[in-house]
Amino acid sequence: MLEVKNLHASINDKEILRGINLDIKPGEVHAIMGPNGSGKSTLSAVIAGKEEYEVTEGSVILNGQDLEDLAPEERAHKGVFLSFQYPVEIPGVTVTNFIKTAINESRKAKGLEDLPAKDMLKLIREKADLLEIDRKFLSRSLNEGFSGGEKKRNEIFQMAMLEPKLAILDETDSGLDIDALKIVANGVNKLKSKDNAVLVITHYQRLLDYIVPDFVHVLYNGKIVKSGGKELALELEAKGYDWLK
Amino acid sequence: MELKEKLVSSFLAFENKGGLDLDSKTHAKRLQAIQNFEKEGFPTKKDEEWKYTSLKSILKKDLGLFPETDASIGFKDIKDYILNDIESYTLIFIDGVFNSFLSDTTHDDCDVCVLSSALTRPKYKMIVDNYFNTIAKDNNSLTELNTAFTKEGAFINIPKNTIVQKPIQILNFSTGKESEVMLQPRNLVVVGENSHVQIIERHQNLSKNTTLTNSVTEVFVHKRAIVDFYKIQDDTKNSSIIDSTFVSQKQQSVASVHTYSFGGKITRNNLEFYHEGEHITSNLNGISILHDKQHVDNHTLVDHKYPNCESHELYKGIYDDKSNGVFNGKVMVRQAAQKTNAFQQNNNILISDGATINAKPQLEIFADDVKCSHGCTIGQLDESALFYMQSRGIPKKEAKALLLFAFGNDVVEKIKIPQLKSRITKLIAKNLGVELGFEL
Repeated sequence: MLEVKNLHASINDKEILRGINLDIKPGEVHAIMGPNGSGKSTLSAVIAGKEEYEVTEGSVILNGQDLEDLAPEERAHKGVFLSFQYPVEIPGVTVTNFIKTAINESRKAKGLEDLPAKDMLKLIREKADLLEIDRKFLSRSLNEGFSGGEKKRNEIFQMAMLEPKLAILDETDSGLDIDALKIVANGVNKLKSKDNAVLVITHYQRLLDYIVPDFVHVLYNGKIVKSGGKELALELEAKGYDWLK
Repeated sequence: MELKEKLVSSFLAFENKGGLDLDSKTHAKRLQAIQNFEKEGFPTKKDEEWKYTSLKSILKKDLGLFPETDASIGFKDIKDYILNDIESYTLIFIDGVFNSFLSDTTHDDCDVCVLSSALTRPKYKMIVDNYFNTIAKDNNSLTELNTAFTKEGAFINIPKNTIVQKPIQILNFSTGKESEVMLQPRNLVVVGENSHVQIIERHQNLSKNTTLTNSVTEVFVHKRAIVDFYKIQDDTKNSSIIDSTFVSQKQQSVASVHTYSFGGKITRNNLEFYHEGEHITSNLNGISILHDKQHVDNHTLVDHKYPNCESHELYKGIYDDKSNGVFNGKVMVRQAAQKTNAFQQNNNILISDGATINAKPQLEIFADDVKCSHGCTIGQLDESALFYMQSRGIPKKEAKALLLFAFGNDVVEKIKIPQLKSRITKLIAKNLGVELGFEL
């Protein structure tokens, strides 16, 4: 599904990613772990298409298509979803209106009509229930004044609505208490299928107790220095990152 | 001949045949006004109050002063500019001349008619004599000019204890029958005690020709009365307007003036509130969305003279291309005006590198027990918000528009007429170049 080949990327001429290789197949969950500044968030931003980053070498291929020349929204239409570490507050736009716009823009890109309001409402309710989101919450301005947990839950709610092929969860566990973490992880697990894939980016092993990865990769200094199964996460938790440097 | 000389030299002829049939007292007012104008002339950038707005390019045109009306204009020509999905009184002026056929006036519970007709009835003439040019006088040379050439405009008189059920629409059209024209409408609005009225004003050029409108409106708001005044400024690229609106408020009254500036070449709004009692509320709201080389200048004044009054001012601007915005918000709190609450906010977004905004909050406070605040921001679109929205599949253009919509939303939210709100929302969408799939 996703092939990252020898990916080099830099921002303001500073190289952050120095040759990353990843191969994610449908139905798989991959985790990327690593210390601060290793390039985890950069990798997710580059896959999602953030313009500030320049890809200097290598490629990102989704279902056989090179994403290089695609704008972030086009990547989203192809099935890429990035759950932000720090979701942006957008005052004046409600959660409902935002997700409606996102869904209908995505449908438009696929040549489909807008989803009828009734179906949209039904879908929103269904997915809100999945993430135990209060209905009142849906008419609030997007992320404005949300707690850390509410923001993350809202990210996964949007993921549930958009049904991506590849979901990248960037530090989704940060700012979550254990109950919220369970709800979020439970949501992600319910959305998992043999046709989609999840890339979890995290500092800690904690989230991986709930979203169990098939593969764990350690990112250090812009490169993947070690890959393994889910037991690698436990090893990292016990030993830290120093032994890998 | 320069426009100023042309105006001064045509005054006598105008007085003799074209002017309103006013008594000698008013005649004297007018004579004084033209003399004042002759002395001061048009404002230039040397005047502190006109530092950022130049009328030079318009004033050098050979503007016709007394255009003939185009009688062939019918409802179909103007219907797009009227709110039709709501019952209302309408006052329609074509090239400065009242068109009774297209208008819908009343003298039932309140008086919605025009100055020229009000002056033919002693009952209304008395009102005109009492109020006309009492707050506008000695204000500035452009207002003087309007006073000198006052010929026609809306006359709205709401007796006390009257809730006017339908909004009043004042629409001024120019048809381009003369290629370059100057119009000087003059409106008088008197709202009695405990009464309530909503007014929508619009100036629209129906041709591609140049129009300069020098409009003056005086609004008198008596005890406990409520007035909502909405101004739609979405005119053509060859149309400029100087809108001077003066509001005098008595105790416990609430007056709100909302200005939506999307079109026009040069737009200058002089909006002034004068307090004549305690427990008064004044609201000033505005939003500008400008493109190309458009220029909008909002000059406001709230004069707090009495204790326990409040004013709320909110102006937002979105500037693209090489457009210019000016905001000069003056709040005067005089020594007697203790316990004043005066709030002013001015937020601007510059979308392109060529756009500019000159913002000047101006607070003069002589009382010591007051709450006054002002906030002014100038920023750009939040790139991280754009990326966030794009990553959810919303294209950049729509994402920008959504952010800008959200930015202006709190001004739009203050509109109390739903049909007008939806019209303004559509105008905003049009000016941002998008269609929104929902109403905010």
